[in-house]
Formats: sequence, structure tokens, C-alpha cells
Amino acid sequence: MRGIIGAAGYLPHWRLQRSAIAEVLGGATGRGTRTVASYDEDSLTMAVEAARSVLVDGSPAPAALWFTTTSPTYVEKTNATIAHAALRLDGDVIAADAGAGLRGTAATLRSALRSADPAVLVLAGDVRTGLAGSTDEGSGGDAGAALLVGEDSAGAPVIAEYLGGASATREFLDRWRVPGEPRTRSWEERFGEQRYSALAGQAWDAALKDAGVDVDQVRSVAISSPHARATAALSKRLGAAGVDVVDPLAAQVGFTGAAHPSLLLSSMLDSAEPGQIVALVSMADGADVFVFRCTEAIIGRNASQPPGVADQIAAGDDSLPYAKYLSWRGVLPLQPPNRPEPARMSAAAAERRLDWKYGFVGSRDRETGALHLPPARVSFVGGNTDDMDPAPMADVQATVATFTVDSMAYSPSPPTVFAVADFAGGGRLPVEITDVRPADVSIGMTVEMTFRRLNTADGIANYFWKARPVRSAASTDTETGSD
Amino acid sequence: MASHGIKDQVAIVGMGCTTFKEHWDRSADDLMIDAVLETLTSAGVAKDDIDAWWLGTAQSGMSGVTLAAPLKLQGKPVTRVENYCATGSEALRQACYAVASGAYDMAAAVGVEKVKDSGYQGLNAFPIPTDGTQRSLTAAAMFSLVAPAYAERYGVDPKELRRTLARIASKNHANGAKNERAQFRREMSVDAICKMPEVAGMLSVFDCAGVADGAAAAIVVRAEDAYDYTDKPIFVKALSMVAGNGSGLLDPDFDYTHFDECEEAGRDAYAQAGITDPRRELAMAEVHDCFTPTELVLMEDLGFSKRGQAWRDVEAGAFDLHGDLPINTDGGLKSFGHPVGASGLRMLFECWLQLRREAPDDRQIDTVDRGLALTHNLGGYPGEMVSFVGIWGNQKG
Repeated sequence: MRGIIGAAGYLPHWRLQRSAIAEVLGGATGRGTRTVASYDEDSLTMAVEAARSVLVDGSPAPAALWFTTTSPTYVEKTNATIAHAALRLDGDVIAADAGAGLRGTAATLRSALRSADPAVLVLAGDVRTGLAGSTDEGSGGDAGAALLVGEDSAGAPVIAEYLGGASATREFLDRWRVPGEPRTRSWEERFGEQRYSALAGQAWDAALKDAGVDVDQVRSVAISSPHARATAALSKRLGAAGVDVVDPLAAQVGFTGAAHPSLLLSSMLDSAEPGQIVALVSMADGADVFVFRCTEAIIGRNASQPPGVADQIAAGDDSLPYAKYLSWRGVLPLQPPNRPEPARMSAAAAERRLDWKYGFVGSRDRETGALHLPPARVSFVGGNTDDMDPAPMADVQATVATFTVDSMAYSPSPPTVFAVADFAGGGRLPVEITDVRPADVSIGMTVEMTFRRLNTADGIANYFWKARPVRSAASTDTETGSD
Repeated sequence: MASHGIKDQVAIVGMGCTTFKEHWDRSADDLMIDAVLETLTSAGVAKDDIDAWWLGTAQSGMSGVTLAAPLKLQGKPVTRVENYCATGSEALRQACYAVASGAYDMAAAVGVEKVKDSGYQGLNAFPIPTDGTQRSLTAAAMFSLVAPAYAERYGVDPKELRRTLARIASKNHANGAKNERAQFRREMSVDAICKMPEVAGMLSVFDCAGVADGAAAAIVVRAEDAYDYTDKPIFVKALSMVAGNGSGLLDPDFDYTHFDECEEAGRDAYAQAGITDPRRELAMAEVHDCFTPTELVLMEDLGFSKRGQAWRDVEAGAFDLHGDLPINTDGGLKSFGHPVGASGLRMLFECWLQLRREAPDDRQIDTVDRGLALTHNLGGYPGEMVSFVGIWGNQKG
């Protein structure tokens, strides 16, 4: 049996109330919120955060990592290899980008489901931008998502068995963006609506046939598309056929681009039950349909999963001012503190310390157990030399021993909140705290590590880890009761 | 193996110190020349009489040529040293050992920093290529970590501690106001300092050392030769230096309420000098008050106050100009300013004035009969610093 072994979405902490846009720009006041990647997040860091939720103890090692985004950190240079390093995957795992098109997520999922590899990691992330006041800006959202696809095993059971699927392709121009531009342009929307309607109908029928199921057996469907009218039309049609169309998260998250198909699938699985047949439809320059049957293993997954999509929606901070949102996206440059900007990292130094910089792996003295962050050759306890084991610390929580708020240091978004973090079971790192208001930091608070982009210098994105307040664990009762 | 020290083997016979300020009109070369000329005059010697030179500068130049070229020294050994903000003390330490070893009859230590040419606020280090994972906090923020930790450990109300820190700044401003070479010569009340906006933790800019350009210098000879140059030489009683191994950044047992490096350097220096009760045996101390919480915990690290009691002693005025043990009588880094490479020598310059009873009347300490002064100069941050402690006396033991 092949299918989904793990699925997770990652929603950034910050939300922009759509009404905040109209307060500044005037015009019609939007309702609800969109998710906002913090200044230290990008498509890659959010995908990594989602992947950390699916790569848990006992997960099969993926043989391939595919990453899709329309907002890449780099072109020419592959972004996926950074996720490969952050997730500490083996050196024989291929890691590659699917390209900058929105359809890449469906393509990599299809490829993973039909692959002979025991397991494949399908990652996506997007930071959705648009001109100030645009529909894309207000209705977009930022997110990361991860799907671990592979063969069923006792240690890592499939939670949603792949029953079948189909695609439909026909070139037409609906939305386009020139590389480097913040805005996406689009054709008159009724044209796209009709193209998508035809393609989705074609793929839907073919997918059901391929899966060997009738429409009345399909319990629920998740529909992901940048085309809101096409989504609405298909929702109406499938709803009339008795299929439960899951919340597209438009009200509180927004359309999250390349992340959206996996995010919606993950969200749908959060509340699915064994035996239910569910479908994912992605309409992006074509239509791709995937049909799954949930297994008994979904019960265990939903009981132990880190915060689910609904939990993350509930936990966000929607106090972000629109002006700060604009500055985070580089639209409204703010005066920085009068300090030198950071120098670019050394590629050679970063590569030597790959496990530390990207994987947050320290070292532990075999003799005394003393933990070293960063890893060291000589122990600070007793001086034991070249006798250390790697100590992966990314998933270990820490306690704030003391802290400060620095308004003078260079930061892409001052002030810098900084703490001395003492890790459970030993180890200390003075480290920046993110996703927090300065007034909410206190001695003794618990933090967890998160993969972030510290700064960019000379075009080089400098990734490392920060601490953030611990996110609350999943509440399975409310999740399973949400449908 | 032991730290024996060189007590009473060498003496300081000449000193000079420029004003510390934003010297927009003076280069590092000018500042070094000014400090050296004053020092040579003070000792009554010519530059060619100096057998060897040590130049301390953190980042205003590299190599001994930085000093040899502007002074046009002829065929002399000149070594540039750097040890964070303890650079000036490090230059002095090398000059003292060079004379004590018998290698040279007369050595000079010069410290200089041209900070204000950078165009940025505060101090900024040369970027060394790294993996990009190093923190990028200001020094103020790193030292501000001490305040909440101290308040938590000793149960001091943070608002009370805020006033204690302001009192330290206010004292140093009051002392600096009496010092014509100091950068900031304005008295500041505790209330005014407490009202300043926070920039790093609970610290405002008035909790931070002044950032200034400046230079200072000293001439070192064998103790037995000292009276050939002056009738009031200052004898070296102890020189101690500890470079921390950075374990405070790794070790959860380090609680940010003390600096091990300073405590260890102090202990070593007291042993070298034969001091057992520094609070009563010392006439004064110049300590590295880069930020107000630093001066607070140094009172405990150097044995002037019991652990957890320094804030009470500060409040009681123990370290005021006319207190039990005057601290930073020249205004300290806070008010005199902090040209990195010069500061260690500037501290000695105040001891030189006070122990020779040459400080201006309104700044002369009451405790000078004790005859001993201490300079403490650190560099780095809580958890990873270098610390120097020197002890100086106006009588040969």
C-alpha cells in the first residue's frame, strides 16, 4: 500500500487583518485575516518547519526531497538543498526544486505517489505578495507544507492510501508573473473560470475511474486554486453531488500558493476518520486530482501530531500593523539603526559547520555529558579532547535564563529580542527569540527552536536557528469534532 | 608552576593622556604623538631613550608600523597588541615584563583608538569571515543581560535596581564633571537618568560608556632606576590577566551575575601584591564600567562588596569620590570616554595622578595614604571575556 505517511502545514505566527489594509489605503474593508511570514521567514524556512512535523521518530528516510515555491530565495542555486541540510537528510538523498510554477506541488505529489522510492518528501512554501491594495495581497497567505509519501510499514504506517488520480492539461493564459516582480498579473477571470471548469471536470471523472470509486463514496474534497471563481464553481458542483468541500482557509489564512494543495490536504486529514475517501483537487495551469482512503493509522497520527492547521489558525497574533507588513515585504523600507549591516557569511565556513548551522547539531562530551553549542573539539568540563558525539538539539525545548531587548543592533526588523536559552537535559545558547512581543518575554519561559533566515548580505540568505515561545500542542478533541 | 608577578621590580616614571572626545580634527597619528610627547616630557626623556615600544590598538591600525611611522622611530622594536577592550592594559603589561626580564632598560606602552571615524554609533568590530551563526547584539545588550539576572538572583526589585544603576552612572558623571580631559563633563541626576528611554534591556544610553577618540602612554623602567627620572614613581605591585574560555555561553551554571575572569584576575593580582582586604587596603580603583551593570558586579568580583550586597553599598555611597573606596574618580569609561586601545592606560593615568597627589583638589581622594590603587580592564562580553587587574603603589615595598 502506498500513500501519505505524514502531512503537515505550517502557518506563520503573524496575521494581517484585512481591515488594516483599508484603514491605510481606503477602499472596501476586507474581512478576516491573512497569514504573514515574519521578516525572518521565507518559502524555504516555512517548508522546513512543516517538514519537521512529518519527519518524526520512526519516519522512513526519504529517498528524494522535492521543493516547490513561486517565491524562491534563489534561482540558479537550488533551494531544496538547504532544506536537505536543515532536515539532516542523508547525502544520497536527491534534493531539488520543482520550478517556480504553481503546478509544481501537484506534479511532485503525483511523482512521489507513483515513485518506486520507499519514501519521498514533498515540500512547498510560499510568500504571497501583490501590489499594495491588490486582491492578491489581501487574499493571499503565507505558509509552508510537507507531505511524506511512501510505502506502508509497521513503524510508519500510511494514513491515507492513494487510490488513484488523474490530470488534465491545456495551455491557456490566466495568471503570470515576471521573475523578480512582486505582482502577478491576470487575464479577465471568467476566461480562466471556464477553462478550469472544463479541465477539473475532465480530471475529476478520470480520477474517480482510476481510483475505482463513485462520487457518492467521496466523503470530502479539498480544492486548491489561485482562481477563486473556479474554486467556487467546482465547490458548488461537487457539493451538489454530496461531497463535503473542506474549508479553503480563505477567511483566516488566504491562498498560500504552492503550499496550498498540501496545506489543505493536511488540514482535511487533521479531521478525517478511518475508511473515509477524500480527494484533493489542484487547479493551477491544468487540473490534478488525487483520491485517498484514510486508514486506521490516522487516529494515532491525529492524536500525536504537533499543532494541526486549526490549532495554528487559532494561535496566531493578528496585531501586525499594515505598515510593518509592508516593511517586512520590502515594499516600505524602514530606517535601520545606525550600525553596520552584517557581513555576508563565508560559504566555506558555513559548509564546514553544515550540521550546526543548518541542522542545529551540537556535540556532547562522551565522558562528562557536557553539551556544546556550537560543537567543540575540547570539552569545557574537564578538557576531554576529540571525544564527542553529535547532539541534535533542534527538537529540544529550552528555558530562558535571562533576556534583553536590543534597539540598537542591526536587525531587518528592530528591536532584537534576545535570550540566554538553557536546554532541557543540558546545554546553553544565547540566541534571538522570534515571534514574540518584547513585553511577553520573561525569565523561566519555555522556548523551542525554529529555522529562520537571519539576514541577507550580498544576495546570500543567512539561515540559522532562533528560539520562539513554545506553540501549544494539538487539541485532538476539537480537531476531530470540527466536521 | 605559579603566577609569581613582578612586584616592585619595575616602576612607571612618566605618563600622558590626551583628552578623550570626538576628535574630528585629530587623526590616530596625532593622538599618539600628543600622548607620547606628554609622556616623554613627564619622564624627562627623549623618544630615542626608549628601548622598546608596545602599541595597543583594537582596530585603528595594524603592526608596530602604526606607531613607528608617525613618531619616526629609528630601528626600535614596536609590537602592536590587541586584547579586546583590555588592549591598553595588555600593551602596558608587555612593557613591564620586557623591563623586568632585563631585556630593556626603558620601555613604553602606548594605547590609541580612533573610534569616531567609522561613521557608526558605538564600537564595531572588524568582520571576520564566519559561518554566519554568530549573534549580532550590541555590547550594551550583552551586558544588559546582567541586570534581570542580578535582580532575580538577589531578589532586588527591578525598579530599585534601575535606580542603583543610575546612581553608578550619576557618580561617574559627577567625577567626570571635575575632569578636564573627560568626554562628558555634565552632572546627571539619578532621576534624570532613570527617565531616559531604554535602548538595551533596562539600559539607556546613559548606562553606556562614552565612545571617544584618545590616546595615553606610560614609560616603564627598573624600580631601582625609577628615582633617576622622578621623585614620585609608581611601582608595579601586580599584573594579572585571564582570558576566559567562553564557557559562560555554554554552561547553564553561569548565571550572569558575576564574571569569573574578573574574579580570577583579581584573586591572582591580590596574591601577587599581598593584599588580603582590598576594600580597606586600596586607596581607590579604576574599573571597567563599560555599562552600569558591569561596575555593579565588579564590586563583588573584585572583593569590594559581598555577593549580592554591591547594590546596597552603591546606594550607601561606599564608592563615591569621598566614600570608603572611591571608584572611577576620573569619571570612568562612562564619563571619561572609551577609546578602546587607550582605556587601560587612561585608568593607570588616574592612579598616577591620585597616588602622586597631583589630581585637582576637587577630585583628590581622601584615602591616598593607603598608597595602593587598582585598575581593572576587561574586554568581551559576559560569559566570554578577557580581564586584566593591575595594582599600583606609590611606595616600594
